[in-house]
Amino acid sequence: MANGIMNGLRRGLLEIGYSLRGFFGTFGAGQLFLLRILVNLPYALARPRLIIKQVYVAGVQSLVVIMLAGLFVGMVLALQGHNTLSRFGAEDTIGMVAALGLVRELGPVVTALLFAGRAGTALSSEIGLMRATDQLSGMEMMAVDPIKRVVVPRFLGGVIAVPILTVIFSAMGILGAWIEGVVVLGVDEGAFWSQMQAQVDLREDVMSGVIKSFFFGVVASLLAVFEGYNCVPTAEGVGRATTRAVVHTSLTVLVLNFMLTAWLLGGN
Amino acid sequence: MQQTRAVELGTGLFVFMGILALFFLTTRVSTFDAYSGEEGYELQARFDQVGTLKVRSPVSISGVQIGRVTAVDFDVEQLEAVVTMRIASRYDRIPADSDASILTSGILGGQYIGLQPGGSDEHFRDGDEIAFTQSAVVLEQLISKYLFSQGGGGE
Repeated sequence: MANGIMNGLRRGLLEIGYSLRGFFGTFGAGQLFLLRILVNLPYALARPRLIIKQVYVAGVQSLVVIMLAGLFVGMVLALQGHNTLSRFGAEDTIGMVAALGLVRELGPVVTALLFAGRAGTALSSEIGLMRATDQLSGMEMMAVDPIKRVVVPRFLGGVIAVPILTVIFSAMGILGAWIEGVVVLGVDEGAFWSQMQAQVDLREDVMSGVIKSFFFGVVASLLAVFEGYNCVPTAEGVGRATTRAVVHTSLTVLVLNFMLTAWLLGGN
Repeated sequence: MQQTRAVELGTGLFVFMGILALFFLTTRVSTFDAYSGEEGYELQARFDQVGTLKVRSPVSISGVQIGRVTAVDFDVEQLEAVVTMRIASRYDRIPADSDASILTSGILGGQYIGLQPGGSDEHFRDGDEIAFTQSAVVLEQLISKYLFSQGGGGE
């Protein structure tokens, strides 16, 4: 009896130990991978065409999704804000509420999540499929480093695209808030913009959002290429790697968002 | 070749859109804090009580913002609060006998420094101290004053 409990306890502890080791192992491998990417940056920067292609794939092809999402997030912010704020007779401030919410939080976070779903999945499955079909080994055999040729341009494309997408998302969101607030709900247009301008600070609000989105771009792109590059080279492995990339990116972005917000607000 | 051109064109337009959006965010949505980078001069004022006045609180005259509070400190020698503020240099002709009071904007709004122009021909210069000041009103003190006066009246 006691032996059974001890055995169960031991097995449980071992299980925890293994998963911890797995977690830190992946964590460390991810950082080493980032290091490898950074070391190979000069090579990719010398070939801007490769990067432009990837900015196109990661950015331009996500544009419609991002713009639509931004528009509707802004509209629902205005709708909810109007519903609550009109109880206090403060519906003039919905421009400010929507703008602050968008540029500080929703813009960077929702863009990063959508990017992980739209472009991150494409990245990891593309690289994963290259791995599964031995294209990466083929490159190595031809003395072409796949990190330089495949991974770094895709990583850079994502890092460049995410902040741009974030800014577009926020701008579209504010446009959406304007449509819903001013055009549909009849909030005074002058008050809408002037309240917004009075309360939104360029450095503290807009720039902190852009700084966040840069970090999110690094995280989303790194996890996508990392999972794809290190996937199990089977059809199932590629699928699992893609899923893992999205799930890990989403969680990391949300946790990182809290830490970055605490850091960026810490100065005040 | 045709496809590469389309990719380049698309990427260029995408980056351009990003710049447009950023321009929109900086000009229409937010305001660049005009009182931190601009040239200005510093004034000091001493108060018994500053209430909730903070760094970056506005300084205004006739309701127009002319500067910001840059420091709130406590002078251990004189046992008074010392407020340093930075006034934009285009407002360099404020009479030197103007007085400063700490006011509250609205019912729930933050506190700010309101200057009341005096009649002197002299003007404030960098590093001057505002001689006439009026402290912030603290609600609890007001209430207790009122209660005391009520009690005194009854006897």
